Amino acid sequence: MAELINTRVAYGKALVELGRCNPDVVVLSADVSNSDYSFMFADEFPDRFINTGIAEQSLVDCAVGLALAGKIPFVNTFGVFLATRAVEMIRTHVCYGRANVKLMAAYGGVSPSFEGPTHHATEDIAILRTFPGMRVVVPADPYAQTELLQQVAASDGPVYFRMNRNEVPAVYGTGDAGPAEAVELGRAQVVRPGNHLTIAATGVMVARAVAAAEQLAGEGVQCRVIDVHTIKPLAADTPAAAAPAPRAARDTGAVVTAEEHNVLGGLGGAVTEVLAERCPVPVVRTGIADRFTESGPYFDLLDRHGCSVADVVAGARRALALKTRAG
Amino acid sequence: MRHTHDHPEGLVRELHRRAQQFRLDVLEMVHDSNSGHLGGAFSCAEILAALYFHHLRIDPGRPDWPDRDRLLFSKGHACAALYSALAHRGFFPPSELLSFRKVDSLLQGHPDRKTPGIEIPAGPLGHGVAVGCGMALGLRERDAKPSAQTAPSGAASPASVYVVLGDGEIDAGVIWEGAMLAAKYRLGNLVAILDYNGTQQTGATADVMPHEPIAAKWQAFGWHVQEIGGHNVREVLEALDRADQVHARPAVIIARTTKGRGVSFMEYDHNWHGTPPTEDEYAAAKAELEGGMRQWLN
Repeated sequence: MAELINTRVAYGKALVELGRCNPDVVVLSADVSNSDYSFMFADEFPDRFINTGIAEQSLVDCAVGLALAGKIPFVNTFGVFLATRAVEMIRTHVCYGRANVKLMAAYGGVSPSFEGPTHHATEDIAILRTFPGMRVVVPADPYAQTELLQQVAASDGPVYFRMNRNEVPAVYGTGDAGPAEAVELGRAQVVRPGNHLTIAATGVMVARAVAAAEQLAGEGVQCRVIDVHTIKPLAADTPAAAAPAPRAARDTGAVVTAEEHNVLGGLGGAVTEVLAERCPVPVVRTGIADRFTESGPYFDLLDRHGCSVADVVAGARRALALKTRAG
Repeated sequence: MRHTHDHPEGLVRELHRRAQQFRLDVLEMVHDSNSGHLGGAFSCAEILAALYFHHLRIDPGRPDWPDRDRLLFSKGHACAALYSALAHRGFFPPSELLSFRKVDSLLQGHPDRKTPGIEIPAGPLGHGVAVGCGMALGLRERDAKPSAQTAPSGAASPASVYVVLGDGEIDAGVIWEGAMLAAKYRLGNLVAILDYNGTQQTGATADVMPHEPIAAKWQAFGWHVQEIGGHNVREVLEALDRADQVHARPAVIIARTTKGRGVSFMEYDHNWHGTPPTEDEYAAAKAELEGGMRQWLN
């Protein structure tokens, strides 16, 4: 297992840096700043930090007002609360109202593992990506997270930025992945070359997809692994030839998706939608099988709920079989 | 600074005439599109007249002017009255009003920021106070910084934020989240006007969800509270002046009004919340509103 690095500390540092670079950056939290690590910003810039109390709806509405008054608000709380309790605020006032609000979703996926299903954000990507104007970003590791955060801050418009709670393996700067500086908002990144099959992964599942690809390489199957850190817009408006996801599908003829999310409507849904219209090839989705999860150690939960390396390998074998049948 | 002295009789009469014109426009719009909300639009007509035609620091030629006062029309379903006010104030031509709720119109069924003068979407109820908090914080701290620890020494922007609330909408919990937030941050540049018409979609608010004691509630949440008659323009003007004098805490004006005000068979009747009139009802309502207008014409 690769060395684990702390996602939340990396986020806190990056947020402070944003505050130093731009005096219009303000940060809000719904009284979980010592969980989401926005306390690091509060310590540095106490006068630009707003604690709304345990009130996620006014948290988001207040951020909307700040944005419309010219500030750049970074809203912090657990992803599950943003995507469910505050979702009408996000749809109506952030998206429809075109407010430049950055939704910093802490505790993405099952990463608040011991807290149990009440705190697991496992439908958030599906919910958020259907709102016009919303971008959905899920960094693969803390290095990519820092790069993407800077790009998100510099670009106008709403974003749902889903982060991990825990120490996670590095992807960038390891293996064939190249440096995190190459990560570009809105463009999937190839982190391992291969031509037999594509594994499209997001978040912590990118590292697991690489591990799956290494295992399959031992069997002579060369998988191309792409980090789909920007789930929306997925293919942007680029021609299929230039968009990494459709191009990988065309080159390899089959795709497996891997995400820490319900298999309905998230990365798997988004990839399937794009490929069905632009490059129809077999797609196998891996992830949480449309059910609620449970409490437990993080990596054990991933393994038990459809997000293990073995799940990705099994998905790859199914996709290869479908590709052979189709061929 | 705004004036706090007596308002001349001519101004008061003009604003009453404006309010009645809004009602006539609303009737035409809802009749023409055969959909929309009459009762709650009629109840806030004087409030809107006092704000748009006297109190607000706004410039229709510059709807994005950074120092403009912001009016957040939180009871979005009553927007036909708001559209009439904006049109007559010069944000867009009154000839647009009859495009209300029709395809390709500037005037959506509920407010949309594409309409000049509209600050936020509304219709899903309850957002105005919390969005207003963020806006008031952002304006107050445009050059300074937000802080709960210190009262503001002076507003970075001279602009204030005014939120028009319906009484049915304060059933929503987020209203009270926002109310606490505004008090915590001592938002003296935030004023809410509660159109307390006593009637919501399916009945009297006292039956649907009792709000009394309404003044004590807002006081307990840390707000400066005034209670006025919301169809008396002079009272509205004076209350707005007083609210502007409140520092270091938000202010609410509880404006007692009548749903359906101005048309006898619509008043106090929740069935006129969102129902368009028949041809006969339209003719009768128009005659009553025109009759009501006469007292302000000379």
